[in-house]
Amino acid sequence: MKASAFAYARATSLANALELLATHGDKAKVLSGGQSLIPAMNLRLVSPELIVDIGDLGELRGIAVKGETLVIGALTRHADLLKSSHIVKCAPLLAAAVAHVAHPAIRNRGTIGGSLAQADPASELPACMLALGATIVVRGKGGERRIAAEEFFTGIYETKLGPQDLLVAIEVPVASPGSAHFFQEFARRHGDYAIVGLAAQVMRQGDRFADLRLGFFAVGDTPVLAKAAAAMLTGAAITPELLAEASAALASELNPHEDQQATPAMRRHLARVLLARCLATLLNRPDLQTGAGV
Amino acid sequence: MTTPVSISLTVNGERVEAHVLPRLNLADFLREHLKLTGTHVGCEHGVCGACTVRVGGEIVRSCLMLAVQVNGAAIETIEGLSDSGEIADLQAAFRDRNALQCGFCTPGMLMAAQDLLRENGKPTREEIREHLSGNYCRCTGYHAIIDAVENAALARTEPQA
Ligand SMILES: Cc1cc2nc3c(=O)[nH]c(=O)nc-3n(C[C@H](O)[C@H](O)[C@H](O)COP(=O)(O)OP(=O)(O)OC[C@H]3O[C@@H](n4cnc5c(N)ncnc54)[C@H](O)[C@@H]3O)c2cc1C
Repeated sequence: MKASAFAYARATSLANALELLATHGDKAKVLSGGQSLIPAMNLRLVSPELIVDIGDLGELRGIAVKGETLVIGALTRHADLLKSSHIVKCAPLLAAAVAHVAHPAIRNRGTIGGSLAQADPASELPACMLALGATIVVRGKGGERRIAAEEFFTGIYETKLGPQDLLVAIEVPVASPGSAHFFQEFARRHGDYAIVGLAAQVMRQGDRFADLRLGFFAVGDTPVLAKAAAAMLTGAAITPELLAEASAALASELNPHEDQQATPAMRRHLARVLLARCLATLLNRPDLQTGAGV
Repeated sequence: MTTPVSISLTVNGERVEAHVLPRLNLADFLREHLKLTGTHVGCEHGVCGACTVRVGGEIVRSCLMLAVQVNGAAIETIEGLSDSGEIADLQAAFRDRNALQCGFCTPGMLMAAQDLLRENGKPTREEIREHLSGNYCRCTGYHAIIDAVENAALARTEPQA
């Protein structure tokens, strides 16, 4: 299908974009990479009266390291993340995850800001933001707001962004030496949205975890930081029994949906499989994967 | 405000000036306004890959860009790649290996395959599969396409006999 008619404004500056959004409110839609918005418009799921194209706002593009913080502009494309040496060095979890986001032609247009604003629960990058403890930087009528990723995602396709807000940047703590990550997802095909996925960022101490952040996605309305399971696994000697207990705790932290790809029970099962694989991989303990109580 | 916007761009090296409505997507602009019908419109939501073209040298879905967004850009379509001879060997490999039947997906497949071969002269079959993962083919079952791309890659990297 074709999109219904709309007016088009190419924002000339950040201030101009915010002004347009303030004037037109929820009749307007921000256009970033267009890889979620335009499909939705072509399918007539949304019919904005005005498109505010932010594609020219160079100040929203780019990746920089400022002290202990990696700052990623909202317009930074998936393809840019994939090629960036800053990302490989400072947030290797993101580098691993973005290879699973869609396909090359889509990664050439889609942006990190668009992906987070879209907040698809099956999307990879929002879960990474939880695992990395990122901060989302938002500009709106009242000035700048900085929102912890854990608070940012509020529902299916819903975030703390209001219709007059612009997501401008993402701040990610630079990975500390000795930290490690794990990323895996189940999908029918490489590049498809996940059936279930896990983005994890950890600190190891010997054969234990000093810190464990488990960001699951496609397991409910929002990405989920599995805190109960992580708490049980932090600081403790990891035995198959403990893993089984943590897996049970994990299953009750998730609230997966039924759709054409999987039932809630299957999604819970796959989440437990990913947890076992994550621990087995990061601790180099193949026994955890086979014995796993999954 | 939903009035036509004037755009200026190059398509396959030729300067194009046009007035377009904001709702017009790049695929329809190429097909309906410029009669470049090698760019195919399948799903119109980015899933099938038949409308893949190059914008500024990078492959994109032309159904997911607005014509107004390509003001000032350099577009290359399958007609451009074909006429310049850039993908003559890939086209021959597709033919030799029966990597097409109905041909609907072929322009997008060739676009994506050439994009891979420009970046990576010696892709593995897995890499070929991954690079073409966003392009649907409903006839061939894909294996012949992977074979054709692999053959073309090998031929390009072999020293000429
Ligand atoms: C075939 C296909 C497969 C895909 N597969 C995946 C996948 O496996 N995983 C995945 O994560 N994604 C996938 N995507 C989606 C892709 O990653 C999109 O790029 C992403 O979801 C949205 O980014 P965008 O820049 O294209 O945003 P747009 O489409 O431009 O915008 C998306 C939404 O966010 C709003 N928005 C955008 N930028 C801002 C901003 N700076 N401030 C405020 N609001 C903003 C828009 O108004 C709109 O509502 C796929 C897309 C397609 C077409």
